[in-house]
Amino acid sequence: MDIRNILKERILVLDGAMGTMIQQYTLSEEDFRGQEFKDHPTSLKGNNDFLVLTQPEIIKEIHIKYLEAGADILETNTFSATRIAQADYQAEDLAYRINLEAARIAKEAAVEITAKDPHRPRFVAGSIGPTNKTASISSDVNQPGIRAISFDELSMAYKEQAKGLMDGGADILLVETVFDTLNAKAALFGISELFSELGKEIPVMVSGTITDASGRTLSGQTTEAFLISISHFDLLSVGLNCALGASQLHPYMQILNNQSPFYTSAHPNAGLPNEFGEYDQTPEEMGKLIENYLEEKLVNIIGGCCGTTPAHIKEISEIAAKYKPREIVHAEA
Amino acid sequence: MRRLKKHTVLSGLEPLVITENTNFVNVGERTNVTGSRKFLRLIKEEKFEEALEVARDQVEGGAQIIDVNMDEGMIDGEEAMVTFLNLIASEPDIARLPIMIDSSKWDIIHAGLKCVQGKGVVNSISLKGGEEEFLEQARIIKRFGAAVVVMAFDEKGQADSYERRISICKRSYDLLVNEVGFSPNDIIFDPNIFPVATGMEEHRRNALDFFLATKWIKENLPGALVSGGVSNVSFSFRGNQVVREAMHSAFLYHGIRHGMDMGIVNPAMLEVYDEIPRDLLEHVEDVLLDRREDATERLLSFAEGVSGKKQEKKKDDAWRKESVESRLSHALIKGITEYIIDDTEEARQKYERPLQVIEGPLMDGMNVVGDLFGEGKMFLPQVVKSARVMKKAVAHLVPFIEEEKDENSSSVARILLATVKGDVHDIGKNIVGVVLSCNNFEVIDLGVMVPPDKILEAAERERVDVIGLSGLITPSLDEMIFLAREMEKRKMKLPLLIGGATTSKVHTAVKIDPEYSGTVIHVLDASRSVPVVSSLTSRDNREDYSSRMKSEMEEVRLNYKGRKGKREVISLEDARKNAFRIDQGSYKAARPHFTGRREFLDFPIADLVDYIDWTPFFSTWMLKGKFPAILDHEIVGEQSRALYKDARDMLDNIIRENRLMANGVIGIYPANRCGPESVQIFDGDQQIERFEFLRQQGRNRSGVPNYSLADFISEGSDYVGLFAVTTGIGLEEIIREYEKQHDDYNVILLKALADRLAEAFAEKMHEMVRKELWGYATEEQFSNNELIEEKYQGIRPAPGYPACPEHTEKRKIFNLLKAERCGISLTESYAMFPQSSVSGYYFSHPDSRYFSISKINKDQVEDYALRKSMPTEEAEKWLSPILAYEPETNESNRTLS
Repeated sequence: MDIRNILKERILVLDGAMGTMIQQYTLSEEDFRGQEFKDHPTSLKGNNDFLVLTQPEIIKEIHIKYLEAGADILETNTFSATRIAQADYQAEDLAYRINLEAARIAKEAAVEITAKDPHRPRFVAGSIGPTNKTASISSDVNQPGIRAISFDELSMAYKEQAKGLMDGGADILLVETVFDTLNAKAALFGISELFSELGKEIPVMVSGTITDASGRTLSGQTTEAFLISISHFDLLSVGLNCALGASQLHPYMQILNNQSPFYTSAHPNAGLPNEFGEYDQTPEEMGKLIENYLEEKLVNIIGGCCGTTPAHIKEISEIAAKYKPREIVHAEA
Repeated sequence: MRRLKKHTVLSGLEPLVITENTNFVNVGERTNVTGSRKFLRLIKEEKFEEALEVARDQVEGGAQIIDVNMDEGMIDGEEAMVTFLNLIASEPDIARLPIMIDSSKWDIIHAGLKCVQGKGVVNSISLKGGEEEFLEQARIIKRFGAAVVVMAFDEKGQADSYERRISICKRSYDLLVNEVGFSPNDIIFDPNIFPVATGMEEHRRNALDFFLATKWIKENLPGALVSGGVSNVSFSFRGNQVVREAMHSAFLYHGIRHGMDMGIVNPAMLEVYDEIPRDLLEHVEDVLLDRREDATERLLSFAEGVSGKKQEKKKDDAWRKESVESRLSHALIKGITEYIIDDTEEARQKYERPLQVIEGPLMDGMNVVGDLFGEGKMFLPQVVKSARVMKKAVAHLVPFIEEEKDENSSSVARILLATVKGDVHDIGKNIVGVVLSCNNFEVIDLGVMVPPDKILEAAERERVDVIGLSGLITPSLDEMIFLAREMEKRKMKLPLLIGGATTSKVHTAVKIDPEYSGTVIHVLDASRSVPVVSSLTSRDNREDYSSRMKSEMEEVRLNYKGRKGKREVISLEDARKNAFRIDQGSYKAARPHFTGRREFLDFPIADLVDYIDWTPFFSTWMLKGKFPAILDHEIVGEQSRALYKDARDMLDNIIRENRLMANGVIGIYPANRCGPESVQIFDGDQQIERFEFLRQQGRNRSGVPNYSLADFISEGSDYVGLFAVTTGIGLEEIIREYEKQHDDYNVILLKALADRLAEAFAEKMHEMVRKELWGYATEEQFSNNELIEEKYQGIRPAPGYPACPEHTEKRKIFNLLKAERCGISLTESYAMFPQSSVSGYYFSHPDSRYFSISKINKDQVEDYALRKSMPTEEAEKWLSPILAYEPETNESNRTLS
């Protein structure tokens, strides 16, 4: 069933945080390495994306928990699975494989749960994070013209990641946590090249990150400028995630709602972090804030980012079921 | 179903939406090596920093898109394009605009596309190299998400007729829309602007055909825009600015009427359409619209008549024809710095000795200024501008005076000014300095945070005639007392002037004057400083005046003692019984969205502008009245408007050039009222700080509580917020620049503005705290006026102000917030540095309110000293302005270090 048709009917729920869930397993260096990579030259602990190779059952278990909580769309465990980000762990040459396996595991989970409840198909969104380098911000304050990464390097790395995700069975690609719009444009450029090479297209979502109360991305764009800068691509949705909680994100979602010709998505954090860097917004508190979005018909896809758990997603999914989705704005010439 | 109109949208850091209602979009063209020799030179010499200034200038000049072109044989265009675009990306005030990547070389365009995060414009592609190349380039541009300028150019060459223009544009449009899937809104046609009046028959319709083709495109190629490079049209009139400027604006006028949406125009080469002389306009339009057979000949011969006759910008320059003396006087009174150096030099050569220029025409002019100010016919901002002119003139003469050397200038009275140790506030002191120097006094300004020994040594070394001390915070009062005492010890005789916001006539009379046998005078404001200093330095009546001042001080002391008995102060115990009580049963403090501290570094100053409370800004300048009514005030309105304009211009400049940095930090902590005037602060279960407050002790009519800030915190689970904000980072540097130019006016303007910004930041931050960060009032909607009137729930009192007048508690706030990390620190007297800073507490309780502690008695001071583990004498020192009793004199045995 085409996701575009479902989005006309109801609000779809995206899953919650992966990192928060993995933390609960308190995995050791050995767990991260598994058998195959016991001799890997660097430490792998903390390389969460790597777990799709070494602890696939844990990742699948987390996916199942989110699906059972009511998520319609799973995000693959590939937030940092470009060769650029994996280079920190000397795992750049495993980038394609990580994405392929991650998509496979998520797809397995989605198929299993869909089989139990066929009238409600579950989807897999291949998560494409921002990498750890920025294309339009200098890496050296003393040399504003310097860039740590080029557009070409980025678009090639993203293209490789997208290929892994599509080969593994992802239904959607999700370019998310966009700090720097030029990185996102490189991702869309790579994806667009990949689509024409494969002769096949799947829906693409983009989700930006407003870093603070200034209302701008890290690279300085306002929400509207961000939207304009990626609108050349025929996107499934444009949304916002991370950095802020649902209440802080609210005004920027209103801007997207007013301006976006695409569907909108939001997956905010569970509030703002406390002094220990932990998120303590409860599912009920977050649910109430999300309900404000739904009352204003701001979103089509809703989920959670840092600090959210299956309990949050369960709450959000129950609330989302009560509301009609946002109507997409049609542009006329 | 909701529908959006489809428009051409572009973006830099901010959006640019072009609708049918948008006026002409102005594309900046100075960052183009083919159009600007200066820019070319800078790029060739790799002076990229200066090249950025060119870009910034055109943003300031009103460009809405920045065209960047690096097509020059001598430079590596690809590398220069990439370097320059990357540098622009680091300049938010430039990068807010969309970029037009301009090149005739595809490789340069391609490289440029990889550097812009926003949606820019490629300028340009065309069918010149055939359909295949055109389509391939268009597909790549689409993949990068840029709009594109398409030249009316095909395999056969540039379109030079109406028919060729429309047929090439139509063909390009169809290919882009149907083959590539380009959005029509992202297509911008350039149907070629060619020179007119060249004398060649085939050029006669060049402008007209452009207009008609524009009209056709807008009617037949829906969504597409039309652009062009305007200066081409006047090519044959190079050297004749008058005709060129008229021609450009007439061309634009007709182009826009035919549907032209944007263009590359040099705003400096544009006359206002309505101001083009009738006859010239008629001749120009005859040519542009091809209205007469002989249009070109007529314009050419007319042009000879007007060439070089470029009108001076309409300025009243009549005063320039007067004598050098009256020119100097005019410049001083009007505050015009433009010619002052030349005029001063002329006067220097005319007079026998340079000092005579100062004592003669310059002082004459300043006397007029002083008189007008005294009569209320000039206002402080104007006087300060006059002083700026004076300073420049004097600075020019000083080297010549030094050369002569034989003259000592002891004839002028010298005034030493200083803000005392521990205090950084100096706006008032600077104004006094300016006003005095306008009145023929020589001012030696030692600056801020000046230790007492430095003040006294300077006074003796420079043989000054008067010492003036300034301070804003309470501890400065003690510094002044200390200084008076030291002057007595040194057996000095100099008059001592006391000024600044916390000083008062009573305090001066009661605390300072008795310490010093010389004359001590409290100067209420700058306007009072001139008569006071004149009297003190006049040979004839200074003794008389001094003894009058001494007896006046004595009188104030007597009155004060007489009045004191009448103040009724109740016991601390009774005051506590009458404390304000929150309803512990029904009240539950709102839970904040986070606890702990959070930094806001480099907060956008632009977002603070709407939060500025302008009224105190005008009162700094001794212009009394409420903003904005003051702008229309019968007497001070005109001056207020001028001042306001200067302030807004400076503000714009600060924002545009990112000259000031605003940093802030807030903290929200679990809190518990653990004593009548004490509040504990927690991190988890751990007490990390304890704030000690004071309580009102005056007798109130029944039903009115004796407030303490601690009353607004409940026993049990509550929260206290803290904040420290500054807008003064970078201030010193700008001030040094102004000082180098002897520009007191801008120094004072800038400081006053920075203070307002700091308050605005505190206001904005408080709003963010109420609505989002703490979030106890998420629904509130207040206008700026309502914010100024404090209509919101909760308060943000600051230590040192009436509700909590004791300064040392500030240290606790700074420690918890780690405010130093944000560049805000405390001096030894607990003044904040930089001076444009605000800090304090947040209380959220709906009944929390501002109040004044007013006077307190010894029982409270002793209790407070116990709570703070400090000797009672020390507590009395910190609380001295609010003591309801006379503390036992404890001769401080402090010595000069």
